[in-house]
Amino acid sequence: MSEKNNGVSQSDADQYWQANLKLLAKLLVVWFVVSFGFGILLVDVLNMVSIGGVKLGFFFAQQGSIYVFVLLIFVYVRQMNKLDKKFNVEED
Amino acid sequence: MELQTWIYLAVGGTFALYMGIAIWARAGSTKEFYVAGGGVNPIANGMATAADWMSAASFISMAGLIAFLGYNASPYLMGWTGGYVLLALLLAPYLRKFGKFTVPEFIGDRFYSRTARLVAVVCLIVASTTYVIGQMKGVGVAFGRFLEVEFETGILIGMTVVFFYAVIGGMKGITYTQIAQYVVLIFAYTVPAAFISLQLTGMPIPQLGLGSTLSDGSGIALLDKLDQTVTDLGFAKYTEPSGSRLNTFMLTLSLMIGTAGLPHVIIRFFTVPKVSDARKSAGWALVFIAILYTTAPAVGSMARMNLMDTIQTGPVGEETANIKYAERPGWFKRWENTGLLKFEDKNGDGRIQYYNDKNAEFAANAEAQYGWKGNEMVKVDRDIMVLANPEIAKLPNWVIALVAAGGLAAALSTAAGLLLAISSAISHDLLKRTFTPNISEKNELMAGRIAMATAVMIAGYLGMNPPGFAAQVVALAFGLAASSIFPVLMMGIFSKRINNVGAIAGMLAGLLSTLIYIFVFKGWFFIPGTNWFTNDAAHWFLGIAPESFGALGALINFGVATAVSRATAPPPQHIQDLVESVRIPKGAGGAVAH
Repeated sequence: MSEKNNGVSQSDADQYWQANLKLLAKLLVVWFVVSFGFGILLVDVLNMVSIGGVKLGFFFAQQGSIYVFVLLIFVYVRQMNKLDKKFNVEED
Repeated sequence: MELQTWIYLAVGGTFALYMGIAIWARAGSTKEFYVAGGGVNPIANGMATAADWMSAASFISMAGLIAFLGYNASPYLMGWTGGYVLLALLLAPYLRKFGKFTVPEFIGDRFYSRTARLVAVVCLIVASTTYVIGQMKGVGVAFGRFLEVEFETGILIGMTVVFFYAVIGGMKGITYTQIAQYVVLIFAYTVPAAFISLQLTGMPIPQLGLGSTLSDGSGIALLDKLDQTVTDLGFAKYTEPSGSRLNTFMLTLSLMIGTAGLPHVIIRFFTVPKVSDARKSAGWALVFIAILYTTAPAVGSMARMNLMDTIQTGPVGEETANIKYAERPGWFKRWENTGLLKFEDKNGDGRIQYYNDKNAEFAANAEAQYGWKGNEMVKVDRDIMVLANPEIAKLPNWVIALVAAGGLAAALSTAAGLLLAISSAISHDLLKRTFTPNISEKNELMAGRIAMATAVMIAGYLGMNPPGFAAQVVALAFGLAASSIFPVLMMGIFSKRINNVGAIAGMLAGLLSTLIYIFVFKGWFFIPGTNWFTNDAAHWFLGIAPESFGALGALINFGVATAVSRATAPPPQHIQDLVESVRIPKGAGGAVAH
């Protein structure tokens, strides 16, 4: 590598990384809440509510959390593509 | 057409397809052999990853596990999908940017240490080999049940097919066969599920059928009816948790980080052209996996419902409400022949009583009031739930044949991915990067093929003569990946301060603590009788089962690595620069050797 970080300035690189970490933190909070929160820790409370024939806690544990996981990755893809452009670090 | 003819057609046809792909996708260079040339479309790679990931266990056993455990099987559903969020956000794009061929290679380079690389190679080989035994067994079982050939012959046929496309095509051949295998397996899984859902609830989409009311005119929701049916017979409620909440939590977390740390899955993301493709590809992989994983809970609950209803046809306690053994359905007889179902007329009334006799109160009551002398379904293998489902639902023969081909596709695709991870660790990490750095490209490719061929034969041998611990592989493979591989990869990317000594100390601490915790409950090296403590909740540390310990092992790894790194010199400048460059997509290019 002739030039460090392929011509990306240090301040761009640092800001890009900070923005990335912030995004990760937000997404991982949702990841934790739908699975460990709704699906495990709060399952008894949520099971008192039924939506469309499924108890809500059970739904999150066996269906809902998986749908949210898929969504989370695509939100991440979208947001990272934006960040890549904003800080000019996208691939050629 | 006869069932056997259909099965020969389905299995023979799909095998011919895999062979055809093998000839078309020959690997001509190490880059093609290790990472399929690095030019795989991200959606295609997502599909290949899904097939790579979904094993014989996912296809054959998971729905049955859910059928019998109900809510308590949720850690497997959340763990084996939630891990992809971690993989996508924390590992895949950065490891793709690093742009080399194997997982130990990143660990060796980032922690500038041959020891770190070797520890990683050992973890990878142990985790992948234990895992591959299960796949080979799955191949043997599927052949045995559907084609009525010997277990060993089944494994031999399976080995020959994998040998063909994995040795010739390497990652390239594996990738394109996995795509075909995904299509076969997902079709085979969802078609019977849709039919069963339609029959029970009038709703052909199983995911929606799970929440629908039964179409028998009762107006009761499927899951409510199931809860009632099982509790009437002394079983635990289907939709409610039982057991330690902490253990459920830890098991889910261990399976998640274990999933993200399994090398055969990670290397699939080295095959896409760009960093942004690696992110996208992880999303598509989870879409393709979620199709099966959200269908499984529907299959599980509906299969349980069908099974209970077949045996207990009316109110509990009424004599005529239990089906006569002589009048049992055809599928019941067929699966009795395989030994997966077993009936024993304990009270000699010629009828079948299926209830939970471990529930002391219910059992005493049933004996006093109805004259039941114990549960008479002495064996109900959980694999039946998927394998016999088409027959229970009276589906046409071609659907049953499809299930046979699907089970084989699931087992073969996972086996091939694991074998590639093993052989590339040997030919690339051990030979090229450690012992014979001057090996030529051509010889390395040859070494890769020899390693692959040897690995196939060892896997086949172990599949035919499974060591006593074969059933324990899940705990071991996920425990190792969670406690040693995932933390060190994550720290290598997210911390510039973790150095060589810290990483090695962390890996060993995580690995040993997890291994020891598994061994003291399950026996040293799984040798029966050598365990120090009884393997039950009363003896577990804070009620955490050996299967759930991986997350604690990971925590120990993070802690030790951080503490040791703080006490020793920071990594040299060029390593810190490497970390910086891994964090930025720009300048990725294809995966390169050096």
